[in-house]
Amino acid sequence: MTTETINESLDDAHNDDHHDHKMTGIKRWLYTTNHKDIGTLYLWFSFIMLLTGGALAMVIRAELFQPGLQIVEPDFFNQLTTVHGLIMVFGAIMPAFTGFANWMLPMMIGAPDMALPRMNNWSFWILPFAFAILLGSFFMESGAPNFGWTFYAPLSTTYSNGSTAFFVFAVHIMGISSIMGAINIVVTIMNLRAPGMTYMKMPLFVWTFFITAYLLIAVMPVLAGVVTMLLTDTYFGTSFFDAAGGGDPVMFQHIFWFFGHPEVYIMILPAFGIVSTIIPAFSRKKLFGYSSMVYATSSIALLSFIVWAHHMFTTGMPLFGELFFMYCTMLIAVPTGVKVFNWVATMWRGSLTFETPMLFSIAFVILFTIGGFSGLMLALTPVDFQYHDTYFVVAHFHYVLVTGSLFSIYAGAYFWLPKWTGHMYNESLAKWHFWCSLISVNLLFFPMHFLGLAGMPRRIPDYALQFADFNKWVSIGGFAFGLSQLIFLAVVIKCIKGGKKAPAKPWDGAEGLEWTVASPAPYHTFSTPPKID
Amino acid sequence: MTTKEYESYYVPAQSHWPIVGAVALFMIAFGAANYVTDFKNEVNGYGGYLLLGGIALVIYMLFGWFSNVINESMSGKYSHQMDNSFRQGMSWFIFSEVMFFAAFFGALLYVRSFSVPWLGGAGNNFETGAVLWPDFTASWPLLKTPGGTETTAMGWFGLPLINTVLLLTSSITAHFAHVALEQNKRPQLKAWLGLTIILGLAFLFFQVLEYSHGYSDEMQLYLTSGIYGNTFYMLTGFHGMHVTLGCIMLIVMFFRILKGHFTSDNHFAFQAASWYWHFVDVVWVILFVFVYIL
Repeated sequence: MTTETINESLDDAHNDDHHDHKMTGIKRWLYTTNHKDIGTLYLWFSFIMLLTGGALAMVIRAELFQPGLQIVEPDFFNQLTTVHGLIMVFGAIMPAFTGFANWMLPMMIGAPDMALPRMNNWSFWILPFAFAILLGSFFMESGAPNFGWTFYAPLSTTYSNGSTAFFVFAVHIMGISSIMGAINIVVTIMNLRAPGMTYMKMPLFVWTFFITAYLLIAVMPVLAGVVTMLLTDTYFGTSFFDAAGGGDPVMFQHIFWFFGHPEVYIMILPAFGIVSTIIPAFSRKKLFGYSSMVYATSSIALLSFIVWAHHMFTTGMPLFGELFFMYCTMLIAVPTGVKVFNWVATMWRGSLTFETPMLFSIAFVILFTIGGFSGLMLALTPVDFQYHDTYFVVAHFHYVLVTGSLFSIYAGAYFWLPKWTGHMYNESLAKWHFWCSLISVNLLFFPMHFLGLAGMPRRIPDYALQFADFNKWVSIGGFAFGLSQLIFLAVVIKCIKGGKKAPAKPWDGAEGLEWTVASPAPYHTFSTPPKID
Repeated sequence: MTTKEYESYYVPAQSHWPIVGAVALFMIAFGAANYVTDFKNEVNGYGGYLLLGGIALVIYMLFGWFSNVINESMSGKYSHQMDNSFRQGMSWFIFSEVMFFAAFFGALLYVRSFSVPWLGGAGNNFETGAVLWPDFTASWPLLKTPGGTETTAMGWFGLPLINTVLLLTSSITAHFAHVALEQNKRPQLKAWLGLTIILGLAFLFFQVLEYSHGYSDEMQLYLTSGIYGNTFYMLTGFHGMHVTLGCIMLIVMFFRILKGHFTSDNHFAFQAASWYWHFVDVVWVILFVFVYIL
């Protein structure tokens, strides 16, 4: 199949009622049904949210630069940590992956667009409104949510500062957005694959998003359920999470983490997909163990439903529960180990080059594995009793979410920027972004392990003197990491404005249908499905 | 295009309905949040108006959006593949609804098997009962909470049983309506669908009647009556809301059939409404067993 044959048939079969395909100005973006436009919207939105959540983190790190209360009141500090977490999880990481899904899935499976394009637009445009409500609560009488991103009852019910209702309805909208987005992904993959592309011929990227979308459809409604109980407990006198009425605050944690643990994999499985696309491309080899990757991803997804209570070892569960959840959690290391092994085996004796996407991917493999190992430590019940709610936990989930998910997002962004913009990005500036991020992120998060092991609790604005030195370095790392992300913004803007013209396939080791269309990708691709042999 | 090997997939033009829907959802969420906050603080605000405005806007959006879709479908723009997309989309939406109910059923089973017995001192929680709630004995239905709120339980005989029969029957009549549509027997289709709607409305009527019994001075079963009242009203209430939505869908289908819509092999909307109806029926059966009987 050559590039020309596909480009010829690009627009013929398109069904739009109008002939000039793009509206101009704001209406193009508000009314769009095009998966590439919507992907772009998702990606920009998530980057804006990343900077917003990052700005909140800067204030947190400024406060923690030295012991004592300097900049913010403890209550406002709690609002900062809460909203930082919510924004990064629901506003930065998840929409970024949905953006990738929108841009790449139809092109990778040879589909003309997402299966339900109008709903696709709706799932994006409700998101900014949800975050407007969440961020708007900073300026309300009550203040923003201050009960942690996990919003444990009774902090969010009996002891709420009055922001619970705004929080609950904002989460409802985010949930609706995620469910609609996920349904669209599932239906697109099940129904719109090009003829001949069987499930086991799909790129692994497609597989990981497929499985992630199932997780979303299964657990986002549970989140909706638990915030609804929170709402009625706070405002309508029910007692789901109140022992005096026969309920149980620990039940909140069970339902929340039944959502929350699959949610963790919702934020990492797509990262696996991106890295599994990039490492083979720059190793100039096929992905090692494709089918074992598919099975490993599915096993991780299935296991994610039976490990939730490892977040709750210290709540006084029955011993059997502690053991069950400990062993199930440790079991997850097996399929994850398969993946890490396969990535390394893909690079083994490959003809490696180290462009920025590859650098971020290699950093992902190493640093995500560090985050995985600290997770394994936390999975051990007796050990977790010591680590619970310390900075060790903070270090763990930032290693998997920042050097894991976020690094994979950067890797994917650099990898596909030529396809999106039609220009090559500035490689040396991008390498500056990588090395600055890599050094500062480790300065930021690695000492947190020691702080946690030494007993520094998380979510406090002040701390004992012996933690001062490490916290100073952590804060310096934090500011440096935050500033480094502005380099990425510069790279992207430069790349959109111009630069070396990108060929249809700028990476010689890359495979997949998306490289058979021109760069930048035409507004409509694969109106007629390509034939896969 | 010279040869048409595959059906082409319809990609709609730009549409302004989603952004109208996004604004509507924002009004609903922000309005409702303001409303409940003001309600708790006992002040009057504009939240309620915003909420109602949002609901009106959503209804307007649904009318506009669906009439676009119906027009496209009637003018033959949709392929077989498109129909599949709709079907799969609807079934995964119903699955997400199942998981929403699962959260509440999970809560019910958790309080019944763990939190209520533990409050009464079961397992290794002897001291919880003895120290915190010495006067409390665990039982289900929980008629006296640890805090001392008393209530009575809703039996399964009578209205709930009648409602079970009504809803089960309506599921069968909905199926007959579908069969009639597939065999292109329009009069039977109208009759069976009409009967389904009547059964659904009767269910809702009896549900309201049952609530009024619950809220009577005699029974004193309120939403606030401890975890039994909480789970009872939340589960039956959310189910009732879904039945209401299902009824509205069926009524819309009825009017579309009167206008001559749907053919024996092209009737996704009818199929979706009928799936939804079977889904609320199944939820009710589970609910009847775990909330009323056991």
